Amino acid sequence: MVKVAVLALQGAFAKHCEAVALCGHTPVVTRSASELARCDALILPGGESTVISKLLVSNGLVEPIRGFIASQAPVFGTCAGMIVLSQPKPLEQGIRFSAIHIEVDRNGYGSQIASFEVPVTVLALGSKPFQSVFIRAPKVTRVGEHVRVLASHDGTPVLCQENNVLTASFHPELTDDIRLHEYFLRQ
Amino acid sequence: MSGNDTEKSTVGTLRVKRGLAEMLKGGVIMDVVNPEQAKIAEDNGACAVMALERVPADIRRDGGVARMSDPEMIEGIKEVASVPVMAKARIGHFVEAQILESLQVDYIDESEVLTPADETHHIDKFAFTVPFVCGATNLGEALRRISEGACMIRSKGEAGTGNIVEAVRHLRAITGDIRKLTQADEAELFEWAKQLQAPLPLVQEIAETGKLPVPLFCAGGIATPADAALAMQLGADAVFVGSGIFKSNDPAPRARAIVEAVTHFNNPDLLAKVSRNLGAPMTGIEMDDINTKMADRGW
Repeated sequence: MVKVAVLALQGAFAKHCEAVALCGHTPVVTRSASELARCDALILPGGESTVISKLLVSNGLVEPIRGFIASQAPVFGTCAGMIVLSQPKPLEQGIRFSAIHIEVDRNGYGSQIASFEVPVTVLALGSKPFQSVFIRAPKVTRVGEHVRVLASHDGTPVLCQENNVLTASFHPELTDDIRLHEYFLRQ
Repeated sequence: MSGNDTEKSTVGTLRVKRGLAEMLKGGVIMDVVNPEQAKIAEDNGACAVMALERVPADIRRDGGVARMSDPEMIEGIKEVASVPVMAKARIGHFVEAQILESLQVDYIDESEVLTPADETHHIDKFAFTVPFVCGATNLGEALRRISEGACMIRSKGEAGTGNIVEAVRHLRAITGDIRKLTQADEAELFEWAKQLQAPLPLVQEIAETGKLPVPLFCAGGIATPADAALAMQLGADAVFVGSGIFKSNDPAPRARAIVEAVTHFNNPDLLAKVSRNLGAPMTGIEMDDINTKMADRGW
């Protein structure tokens, strides 16, 4: 059984905790460096990346998370979590850990009325499509050469992996399908 | 290894509409009346802003009919905000809602803070792609709004008063009745549905899950970090702060402190730390001194 830190500063952390528990692992609601230090894997949930960035700074979590990523422990970012794991871009504020070589546009798919769900094929999860929920989602605009694109929608990568870091533009925690969390926790 | 990507996508599903409310959990939604305030709100940690022409305290002071805000003003706020932008429509005024959807706001608040347009019917919220939040003072009202398609419920409290007492009453009424429902047997649930004037399937669902099928936020009277943490400890998933920030002496530090308080609502040491030196909160009003109880609007 693995202890999984779920960053709980703001956003959909409760749903990630439920998914981790359904996978048979222990979610740890994480708001401090000492909670993170006890864990073997980390999930950065969806929410508002501007808010999460500020709270990462005010709660002294930036360097501990940087160290956690560098330790090669598995890290999974969904939506806002993907944004903070991505590469920095000019004129954009907020934390960017550069943990994976992707660039993203915040709200790249448009405002809430453009939010959508769609079945996406993820070969790593088998032949059954994965129902993917995109909410004011960030859009991947550039992918580095060592990044594996595990799934795309409309020609745009939506699920990416580089070494220990996994990112999704969508929200696997909003469905009952735990295959993606299981995939992450097998890493 | 890329998967195929030919599948057709669907907008406006319940999961997509309720999903945005999930993303706002643990956050603070702040009322703003112009782009400058929207910028201050976002820079100090608002997870969303509510664009309106007057904050509830001013609506209360000015009297008269309160309506949807000028589209020009809402668009001005949308231009500067990168976080979701919400706006208010009058209860039952589905044309105001159509206009707000056309402006591509991210959430519509069918709100008792504005003067109601229909004293019998709320908006059919299933008819829209944009999601709705509605106020409630008790569980029956919350379930009626959910049955009309609301994807987020906020306890109403009493807007524009800076007084938390009504918000506490409404939160306790909703969460208390949910706890009682989980203890009821099958036969009692029929009577509960009748008493609550709510659809039986929703009543049965809550008896089984012990929670609303949509997020429950708190609004109406939050003025301090302690107020926000009180709402969270009483079971709210997030808070709306209306007049409480921009009617205080020093909005930016108060906004930051309330954001920290919502994240650390269960940590009194941190609450003590963030509550220091914030200047004067909004003055606030005693319930006996108000003429219009906005929470009584809606049915």
